[in-house]
Amino acid sequence: MIQPSEVLGDRGLDWIRGGDEAEIVLSSRIRVARNLQGFAFPGRSGPEERADVVEMIQAAAERIESLDGGSFWGIEELDFLDREILVERHLISRDLLAARPGASSAALVLARETSCGVMVNEEDHIRLQALVGGLGLDAAWRQADRMDEELGALLPLAFHHQFGFLTACPTNVGTGLRASVLIHIPGLVLTKEVSKVLEGISQVGLTYRGLYGEGSEVVGNFFQISNQTTLGKTEEDLIDHLGRVTGKVIEYERSARSVLLAEAPSVLEDKVWRAYGILRTARSLALEEMMNLLSGVRLGVSLKLLKSPRVETLNDILVRGQSAHLERAAGAKLTEHEADVCRATYVRDKLARDERDAGHAPADGTSDTTAVDGPPSGG
Amino acid sequence: MVCEDCGEREAAVHLTSIEAAEMQSIHLCVGCAAERGISPESADADAPGTPPLVDFLAQLGSPGPKTPVPDSAEPCPFCGISAGDFRRTGRVGCSQCYVHFETQLRGLLRRIHGSSQHAGKLYLNEASDLSDRLGQLSSMRRRLKRAVETEDFETAAELRDRIHEIEMKE
Repeated sequence: MIQPSEVLGDRGLDWIRGGDEAEIVLSSRIRVARNLQGFAFPGRSGPEERADVVEMIQAAAERIESLDGGSFWGIEELDFLDREILVERHLISRDLLAARPGASSAALVLARETSCGVMVNEEDHIRLQALVGGLGLDAAWRQADRMDEELGALLPLAFHHQFGFLTACPTNVGTGLRASVLIHIPGLVLTKEVSKVLEGISQVGLTYRGLYGEGSEVVGNFFQISNQTTLGKTEEDLIDHLGRVTGKVIEYERSARSVLLAEAPSVLEDKVWRAYGILRTARSLALEEMMNLLSGVRLGVSLKLLKSPRVETLNDILVRGQSAHLERAAGAKLTEHEADVCRATYVRDKLARDERDAGHAPADGTSDTTAVDGPPSGG
Repeated sequence: MVCEDCGEREAAVHLTSIEAAEMQSIHLCVGCAAERGISPESADADAPGTPPLVDFLAQLGSPGPKTPVPDSAEPCPFCGISAGDFRRTGRVGCSQCYVHFETQLRGLLRRIHGSSQHAGKLYLNEASDLSDRLGQLSSMRRRLKRAVETEDFETAAELRDRIHEIEMKE
């Protein structure tokens, strides 16, 4: 049997390298819900039926090209830490972990090269997802659609001529599609425009959440925007709509940043540099504090107030600075305090390495950062 | 928020439209909305604070005029879920529920999604031999276990032989 911790490696972290609009949009995700005909949905099925579903989907997943070379794990095979790492990477949900105990009650398939995967027996029999860096909904859809087509050719899916693909929750029925973008909008938060924008979002058939999906708090100015309805429109229309609204939000964010730069440049610069300074030197960092500081640094990089670190480094820290990842790296169980210390060490090292790779500290060569040393002009 | 038309009454209808990539919101009271030909029924699915699912579930409990659900609705014959289970969890139990509770669900879907007609990808059931075989096997294994549990050994023996037969073909 494959030991997940040995092969988990960088799986599912393909998005970290970024993509279009990567300074503002961290990742784009397509999730598709499907169920097998003739089986009760996971919430209503017994251990045997669940095991049968896992068996069928595993047999199909092993035969399809889009998951070629991928790995398959029963949730029971994963130790606690691996499960937490997968949650931190947004590759599985807490709901999958809450699957009823019993042999092969739930499972996970992860592709080798891409951030594609399939959750088996979460709320629905199949939850497939594709995750790409930056704003790349179309690319993610192409990957998800291919997996869906291939699986659908091998498995009998629950489909209704009028309602489309059938799901355990009526909110997912039809296309079964949830498209989302994880977006960083500190400019709108700082200018207090964010609630207006979010209100607008929720009035055009979209919804928003914090970094970790449903019910999660908004940390570090990261918002997840996704389609709210799944029935009555084509997949392309739903994705296109989210893409267009996201483009609009990016535009609003950019103009909010321009306003901040024009009206309070020194405040903004101070905020960015303090964030970098703390991350670069702190000896203990709580997760939330790290997230908020990373937000400041990301804004600084995006506005070219800082020359480094690279966006990829910031994405990497966002993932590997989380507790389960730190525990895996430390090879030991960590108390909250120990995790904070490890986090600070990890972040310092990571930023120092990025400075070395870039061949300079963030300030070098940027003339605009020297302006803050002098007194404000025009006074 | 005050109605944008009359500027007097509290706005109860909030509509947002995107035209030429511009997001536009209007906020109207019920009276002014009616004058513009906007029916609050069609708009209230978007009103904040009343998720349609919650609305619907509440109606399941106390049948309202919009989507009455008979209390006597039989549980789904395939998975045994009742209207009460659905009300409690917000989840149906199986794909057959969509047929069994079709009338009620159509109303709910219209309120959640603004439509009850799928417009996306079609699925042609061309499941291969593999899935047929696997489906057959799973269902027979389940029946075998039930037969053993109920000490119906004749059926169990028959099922065991058929499972063996299919497995040998692989």
